[in-house]
Amino acid sequence: MTKEEADNGRDDMVIDVPGQANAVPDGFNANYLRIYYGKLFPHADMFKWMSYGNDGKHPGCDKSYFGRREFSFTLENDIYIRFQSFNSVTELENSIKEKCPFKIDIGPVYSVDPAKRHAYAQSGNNVFTPVERELVFDIDISDYDDVRYCCTGADVCLECWPLMTIAIKVIDTSLRDDFGFNHILWVYSGRRGVHCWVCDGKARRLTNEQRAAIADYFHVYKGNENSQKKISLPGLVLHPFLARSYTEVLKGFFEAKLLPNQNLLASEERYEKILEMIPDASVASELRRRWQENKRASMSKDDINIVRWEQLKSILQSGKQKMQGLRRCVEEIVFSYTYPRLDMEVSRHMNHLLKAPFCVHPKTASGRTEQGRTKTRC
Amino acid sequence: MEVVQSQRKSSSNNVIVSILPLYRSAPPLEVRLEDFEFFAIDRLRVLKGLSDGLCRGKKPEEMEKLVLDLWKANMRHPQAVEEVNKDIISHFVLRLVYCRTEELRKWFLSMETTLFRHRFRWGSSEAQRALMSEFKLPYKAVSNAEFESLKDKLGQVARSMGQTLAAADAIFYKVPFEEVPDLVAGRRVFIHKGHAYVAINQVVSLVVTQFRSYLSKALILTNRKWTSTIREQEKDRLTPIVEALCTSYLGPDYSQQQEFGEISIKDIDQVAKTSFPLCMRHLFEKVKEDHHLKHGGRMQLGLFLKGVGLKLDDALAFWKAEFAPKVSAERFDKEYAYNIRHNYGREGKRTDYTPYSCQKIISVTPGIGDHHGCPYRHFSEENLRAALVRMGVSSRAVEDVMDKVHNRHYQLACTLTFEAVHGSSCDAGINHPNQYFIDSQRVLQSKNGSVA
Repeated sequence: MTKEEADNGRDDMVIDVPGQANAVPDGFNANYLRIYYGKLFPHADMFKWMSYGNDGKHPGCDKSYFGRREFSFTLENDIYIRFQSFNSVTELENSIKEKCPFKIDIGPVYSVDPAKRHAYAQSGNNVFTPVERELVFDIDISDYDDVRYCCTGADVCLECWPLMTIAIKVIDTSLRDDFGFNHILWVYSGRRGVHCWVCDGKARRLTNEQRAAIADYFHVYKGNENSQKKISLPGLVLHPFLARSYTEVLKGFFEAKLLPNQNLLASEERYEKILEMIPDASVASELRRRWQENKRASMSKDDINIVRWEQLKSILQSGKQKMQGLRRCVEEIVFSYTYPRLDMEVSRHMNHLLKAPFCVHPKTASGRTEQGRTKTRC
Repeated sequence: MEVVQSQRKSSSNNVIVSILPLYRSAPPLEVRLEDFEFFAIDRLRVLKGLSDGLCRGKKPEEMEKLVLDLWKANMRHPQAVEEVNKDIISHFVLRLVYCRTEELRKWFLSMETTLFRHRFRWGSSEAQRALMSEFKLPYKAVSNAEFESLKDKLGQVARSMGQTLAAADAIFYKVPFEEVPDLVAGRRVFIHKGHAYVAINQVVSLVVTQFRSYLSKALILTNRKWTSTIREQEKDRLTPIVEALCTSYLGPDYSQQQEFGEISIKDIDQVAKTSFPLCMRHLFEKVKEDHHLKHGGRMQLGLFLKGVGLKLDDALAFWKAEFAPKVSAERFDKEYAYNIRHNYGREGKRTDYTPYSCQKIISVTPGIGDHHGCPYRHFSEENLRAALVRMGVSSRAVEDVMDKVHNRHYQLACTLTFEAVHGSSCDAGINHPNQYFIDSQRVLQSKNGSVA
């Protein structure tokens, strides 16, 4: 289960449900951390990954490359030290074992060794600046709290984790098919979500503007607790990326899994949230009326959620609906429940520090580790 | 670019190959001083014509034709080399003229970008591709085969933006997605394996954006150079030309009467009613009413009449007669005759003064007791409406005119008045009172077979 697998394409994505990784008995303490860094943390692999071939053994390699990468450590008592850099795997390993950081973050590769940054900042020519950095994405399960009723916050279970896996599928497919990236690593972020590291050379050299463009391309879910409508799909048809995501991933997942598992239409409190998304008040009241009368799907043995969803679809998608806003209403509902909710800020800037894979997260009591996962079966 | 007063040497080695220049740098050509000014004036005619067209809300197809006509009329030259040189030289001269204030820069940038957009579109695909490579835009045309295989997806993207994939737009370019971040961010392109498929109108947009951003920066730099060195260095030679250029009126100056020969006093009353624009009608009526006009009014009306064809002797007689109830003959000869002779170039430095253009008339602000200036600008709404009705403008047309007035398009208001009074359209728009007069006479003559 290493990063090498990231290179091999993604036909079959296998997921390990977090929680089964490490058998750490009594909570968390620094001793276990020392043992972990001493025996388990993959220093050499980390070095090999971050070197991208510039390890001094290949012809034409840049020996300064690894040394220009910024790491940051969070130590005990929340002491935070930035601009750590190392010239070799030994330096890296020794520093980690000695300092025992509770958290390690990875930053960009700079134009010069971060340790020497002050000398260059004086010249005023912006000579100390990021030059390479993986394209990264961050998805948090806690951002889905309004659409899952089984857990909240950092809690995750088998019912709601699939929201993550379908988010991964949508983004991963697009990164490969649309953008042409190949070297993609998805990791459990150790607590409540996943991180994506796109490691192609082309990706590492993207400018901030280009990263923001990719983030915006993926940005469909917009809004917070104050906005009424978070997904808006104007236009007569969907862009091919959205259409593919809908037909290949989101629709199936929503109808077969999320809808029944989360009982999205079973109770008034829950179905009101969906009815609110219908711009035509008369359609919404018609459905409300039907569902209030029919508290139990007495006629059929089918799941009540599925029955009601079919009713909703048949009204909204019938040829009689002329109103502009209704055209894509069904898709909008599905998207608002299932479309990936990315943290835009993480992806936009080269100098964003992101937690390194293979860290042990201090706040995860059962000691789930962040492990490299590249295969996910949903 | 070196400006010399001697004969221009040929510099064929430095001719730019592509027909649509990018104006990246001032060319190493020698230019005669006269050409410095005249080339700029010709280009300015194109830009002002463009500006006028945009102001009048012309549709895109009409604008296409307008730009083509303006270019042909003012910038064409049988030899391509000469045309390109004039194109480049005139652009750089106008940069000097229009770099000097924020407002001038904005106008120039807007017009040059519009001109560039049209000229880019009417170039051949090869010319377009050549230009794109000059901008270092790594675009490759999509082959027919590839287009066929992607047609559905490309159509989907178009429809998702509320557009259709018309046959005319079926030219697509392929470019690495990194080059078009805005289009990617807005999901306005189809991307596949790292390539974005950009439609021709999007390409034009991108090229024009590059052009615009480059020119914008260049204008700031030009302004710096102008204020720090050029203006002072050239204060006896180029600076006066540059400073005069942006306010210059570009049409005929009407200082020589053209088509209708002379107008004599007995004709004036009649033509005033039928062919004078409102500003001159008003002055004329006031002279008749008050038997006097202050200096501004005498200049504006007097020069206009000269342009209309009133000879000096008739002009002297006219003013003398109108002023007679208030000014004795002797006093007239002492105080007013000299100025009238001066206007006709018979006194002093013998300059044959030219009648004022609309631009000049609009720019003056009449004081108390004055009646000159542009009535569309200075009359109260009530007075203006009444005056228009007296001219015979229908009430619906009055509303249209007032609408232009409210938006401060005074010349357009006058043009609409012309059209309403004469029942025929005036495509060129009114830029000069004498033009109004001549056009009016033309219309009337063609209707009646005689000068009214």
